[in-house]
Amino acid sequence: MADKKATREAYGEALAEFGAKYDKLVVLDADLAGATKTATFKKAFPERHFDCGIAEGNMVSAAAGLSTTGLIPFASSFAMFLAGRAFEQIRNSIGYPHLNVKLGATHGGITVGEDGATHQCLEDFSVMRTIPGMTVICPADATETRAAVEAAINFVGPVYLRFGRAATPVLFDKETYKFEIGKGVVMADGADVTIAANGYMVDIALQARELLKNDGIDAAVLNIHTIKPLDNELILSYANKTGAIVTAEEHNIIGGLGSAVCEAVCAVAPVPVLRVGVNDQFGRSGKVPPLLEYYGLTAANIAENCKKAISLKK
Amino acid sequence: MTTEKKKELMRLATHIRMDILTEVYSANSGHPGGSLSIADTLAYLYSEVLRVDPEKPACPDRDRFVLSKGHTAPALYAVLAERGFIPKEDLTGFRNINSYLQGHPDMKHTPGCDMTSGSLGLGISAAAGMALGAKIQGKDFRVYAMLGDGELAEGQVWEASMFSAHYKLDNLCAFVDWNGLQIDGRIVDVMNSTPIDKKFRAFGWYVQVINGHDFDEIEKAVGKAKKTKGKPSVIILKTVKGKGVSYMEDKASWHGAAPNEEQYKLGMAELNAALEAIDA
Repeated sequence: MADKKATREAYGEALAEFGAKYDKLVVLDADLAGATKTATFKKAFPERHFDCGIAEGNMVSAAAGLSTTGLIPFASSFAMFLAGRAFEQIRNSIGYPHLNVKLGATHGGITVGEDGATHQCLEDFSVMRTIPGMTVICPADATETRAAVEAAINFVGPVYLRFGRAATPVLFDKETYKFEIGKGVVMADGADVTIAANGYMVDIALQARELLKNDGIDAAVLNIHTIKPLDNELILSYANKTGAIVTAEEHNIIGGLGSAVCEAVCAVAPVPVLRVGVNDQFGRSGKVPPLLEYYGLTAANIAENCKKAISLKK
Repeated sequence: MTTEKKKELMRLATHIRMDILTEVYSANSGHPGGSLSIADTLAYLYSEVLRVDPEKPACPDRDRFVLSKGHTAPALYAVLAERGFIPKEDLTGFRNINSYLQGHPDMKHTPGCDMTSGSLGLGISAAAGMALGAKIQGKDFRVYAMLGDGELAEGQVWEASMFSAHYKLDNLCAFVDWNGLQIDGRIVDVMNSTPIDKKFRAFGWYVQVINGHDFDEIEKAVGKAKKTKGKPSVIILKTVKGKGVSYMEDKASWHGAAPNEEQYKLGMAELNAALEAIDA
């Protein structure tokens, strides 16, 4: 059994680690430092951590102002209250002037669990990727989170990073893993169908691949950690190679990774694309495993969709 | 303040008002009322206060000015043109598809514009972030911001106010253009933001209420704000919306309307007369 760690945990550790290396790094939080794990950074660099109180709009616009003075601010809250509540501030204070602000959004997706629908953000990929010039990343594990945080620090421009609340398997080796914004990762090659996933769903996609093997189906698994800019080249090559795609994400099937993949293939490599995600519904309270089951974010459902996608091939 | 200095400021403010009228007339669109009401304060800031250099508009140690009430961009562009940040002839391109002078300030394309603004309530937060950035890095630049009185209805203004007092941003000085009017009418009728002074005082700011068209009062208030330690300052400017153009004064209908040719000529004639009167 692989080690498990929540990506929000890895986010806090990465900020604390890179705080030493990058002296321009400052962190803002909105009274959720204990939950977003920016408290880990605060412990190491108390003079560079600023709690903004429960006022996300001000936090985002203030981060914009901070960035104009040469600092690299990471502003954190739950995905719902960053991408959701502060959408307009992100668009107008950060996106439009293309300022160097990083948005560390934790508690993305359905695996928030017991807190339920008001806190389960299933729309952030969608709204964030419609902002011109915004980079949108959802790392698959703790190792990729660390690498993505450093990549975001070195990238000049706005970046939205989505992390999860629940502990999930560590998939990559910290010593050898190479991360590049906008470059998908081939987790497993395959010939019959491609599963394009991000976040926690990458691990579940790998499980689906194993299930499909039992039926003699060879599925490729791609980790599309960057939803924008999308790795069109990789997605199109696998569309051509396997002729069918299933996307898997902890997000509404409208507007997120599934939609982005459809947009990428429809003009130049039109193959069947089936989208696994939350089917245009709100979340609900529950423990993580039954929630994943309830919304069909399971290996079995991904495998089922893979078979359907294969049957739709011309 | 010497009489000569005051005359110089009056001339600058009058030129700013003429530019505002020309911009809005050229665009046949824009917001003259609230631009005219802040002309005197902008003239004073850009002439006497701000440590800025049109040759180096992005200098990291410069003072900042954030026009939180971004719809009054004509006033900002006018003062930037008068101070040499942008060519004066560009002003007639305001709001035109071929111009960089957007309807609301765009920091990426306008030299001397320190923050993109236009969506109300966001600018004061950005200004607070800049002031915090100065504190973190031990820099001595100061940040000035201009809010509208109607803008005070935005909840984010008060989030930013709490934040600025909490972090003791005494390098931040906000102005409120208290002209008493917003698009839909008098602020006391549309959404009463008064008492403005008591609100800011309760939020932990150093508050001054002055005549926003009197250079002596502006000078004194800005000086006091500079000397205030441990808390942000706000200077509430009692102003007349549309100030300087008779038919626009104190009329909500001139919040976002352009003059026709006849009105433009009349306004320019009045401002020319005002200019002549300064030296009469």
